[in-house]
Amino acid sequence: MLSISDVHTFYGHIEALHGVDLEIKEGEIVTLIGANGAGKSTLLMTICGDPRAHSGQIVFQGRDITRLPTHEIMRCGIAHSPEGRRIFPRMTILENLQMGAITGNPDRFDQNLERVFGLFPILQERGGQRGGTLSGGEQQMLAIARALMSEPTLLLLDEPSLGLAPLIVRQIFDVIRDINQSSGMTVFLVEQNAFHALRLADRGYVMVNGEISMTGSGKDLLNDPEVQRAYLEGAVG
Amino acid sequence: MEYFLQQLINGLTLGAIYGLIAIGYTMVYGIIGMINFAHGEIYMIGAFISLISIMLLESLAGGSVIVALFVVLIVAMILTSLYGWALERIAYRPLRSSPRLAALISAIGMSIALGNYIQLTQGARNKTLQPIVQGNLELMKRDDGFTVVLSYMQIGIIVTTIVLMAAFSLMIAKTSLGRAQRACEQDRTMASLLGVNVDRTISLTFVMGAALAAVAGFLVVLYYGVIDFYIGFLAGIKAFTAAVLGGIGSIPGAMLGGLLIGLIEAFWSGYFSIEYKDVAAFAILVLVLIFRPTGLLGRPEVEKV
Repeated sequence: MLSISDVHTFYGHIEALHGVDLEIKEGEIVTLIGANGAGKSTLLMTICGDPRAHSGQIVFQGRDITRLPTHEIMRCGIAHSPEGRRIFPRMTILENLQMGAITGNPDRFDQNLERVFGLFPILQERGGQRGGTLSGGEQQMLAIARALMSEPTLLLLDEPSLGLAPLIVRQIFDVIRDINQSSGMTVFLVEQNAFHALRLADRGYVMVNGEISMTGSGKDLLNDPEVQRAYLEGAVG
Repeated sequence: MEYFLQQLINGLTLGAIYGLIAIGYTMVYGIIGMINFAHGEIYMIGAFISLISIMLLESLAGGSVIVALFVVLIVAMILTSLYGWALERIAYRPLRSSPRLAALISAIGMSIALGNYIQLTQGARNKTLQPIVQGNLELMKRDDGFTVVLSYMQIGIIVTTIVLMAAFSLMIAKTSLGRAQRACEQDRTMASLLGVNVDRTISLTFVMGAALAAVAGFLVVLYYGVIDFYIGFLAGIKAFTAAVLGGIGSIPGAMLGGLLIGLIEAFWSGYFSIEYKDVAAFAILVLVLIFRPTGLLGRPEVEKV
C-alpha cells in the first residue's frame, strides 16, 4: 500500500533521513520506534510532502506521491495526526472536526461525526469548546478524531501517547486497534512508548539516527534483547 | 445637539469606508503575518475603475441609475480583485519564506509602483464626477436655520457597509472557505495536512480584501466626486491605523477601528480644527498602542497550545 524507498530528507543543510526503506501493507498496523530525534516524525511528515523528500520515492496505492503538494497527498486518502497534536486553538471541537472532514465524503459527514463521538464521548460533551482550552488528553483525542473524519485508508499517528496518563494511553491504543479491526484501516504509528506500540503492531521498524536499523514482527522485536535494552528498559510490567 | 448629530452622521459615513478598507489589512495580516502596504493603492485603483465604468455607462446612457451603479460596483469589485490577486502572486508569494523585512519592502515597492502606474496612465490631475445620487432627508432643524441632513448617498454608504460586513462575517464564521482561512491563520502546516490548498486560500484572502476595498473606492467616488492617484496613500494609512486600533488580525476589530477613526476625524473637524483631523486620528493610535498594544479587540500573541 505504501512503499518508501531510499528516501533522503533535509532540513536546510542537515540531512535528517539517510535513505529510508519501509513497506506497509493494506490492513496492517505498523509501528516505528526510536529515540528522540531519530527522525521518526520527519519520516511521517516526509510522507505528507512537508518537507518534501530530497531524493528517493514514496508510492501510495500504486501512485508516486513523492512530488505532490501536501494538500493533494492528503486527498489520496492519507490522514495525519501530527507531533504536538496541532489542534486549531481558536476553533471549537466541532470546527476542528469539520476541518478534518475536508478530504472526506461530505455525504458521510454526519455518520463520521457520530462514529468519532462514539469513540471519544468526551468530545461530544465539549463540542462547542475551543480547542485551545482542552486538556492534553482531550486534545490528543481530538487530533485522532479529526484525522478519522476523512475516513482515511492510511492513518499516520505521531506519538499519540505523549504526555498522557496511562489510563488514557490504554484507551487511545484500544481505539486504534478497534478501528483497524472493524474498518480495516491501515495504521502507521510512531511511538516512543515502544512496549505498547509493539504489542499493538503487526510489524515494527526501529529507527536510529535517520536510518532503519531493525525490522520484524511486533512480537519478535518485543523479545529482541537489543530492543529490550534500548527501548523497553523498565517499561515491561 | 443638532450639530453633534450631524457630525455623528458624517463620522459614521467616513468610518464605514475606513472599515471596508481596514478589513483587507487585517485579513492579510491574519493569514500571512505581514502588512500589505499596497492595499491603499488597491482601494485607489478600485475608485478609478469605478469612475471609468461610470463614465463609460453614462456615455452609453439609458437604463435605470440603480441598475447601472450596481453593474459598476460588480465590475469594479471583479477587476480590483484581479489586481489584488496579481499583487499577491507577483510581490508576496515568491517571498513567503523569506524574512519579513523582504516582504515589507516588496509591499512598499508595489505601493509606489501602483501609484505611479495610475499617475502615468490616468494623469496626475484630479478626476471629478458629477453627483449621481442626490437628495437628502432633513432630520432636524434648529431655530437659527442649522439643519441636520442625512443624504441618500450617506444612507447608501452605511447600508452597503452594514450588509457587506454582515455577509462577510457570516462567511468567515460559517462557510468552509471561512474555516479554511481561519485554519491557515492559526496553523498553516496543519491546514495543508488536512487537505487545504494554502496558496489558494491566501490568494482568495487577497481577492476578498481587494473586493471590499473596491466597494470603498466606488462609494468614495460617488460620495466626494473627486479622486486622484494619491488618495490611496492617506486612506490606506488611516485604514491601517483603524486595523491596528481595533486589533490587527481581528475582523470585528477592523470594523470597530474604522468607525472610531471616522468618528474621531468628524468630531475633531467639527469641534476643533479641520487641519488637525489627521493628527487627532493618529494621536489616538499612539495612545492605544501605548496602553493597549494589541488593540481594542486584539488578542495577546501568546496562546495556550
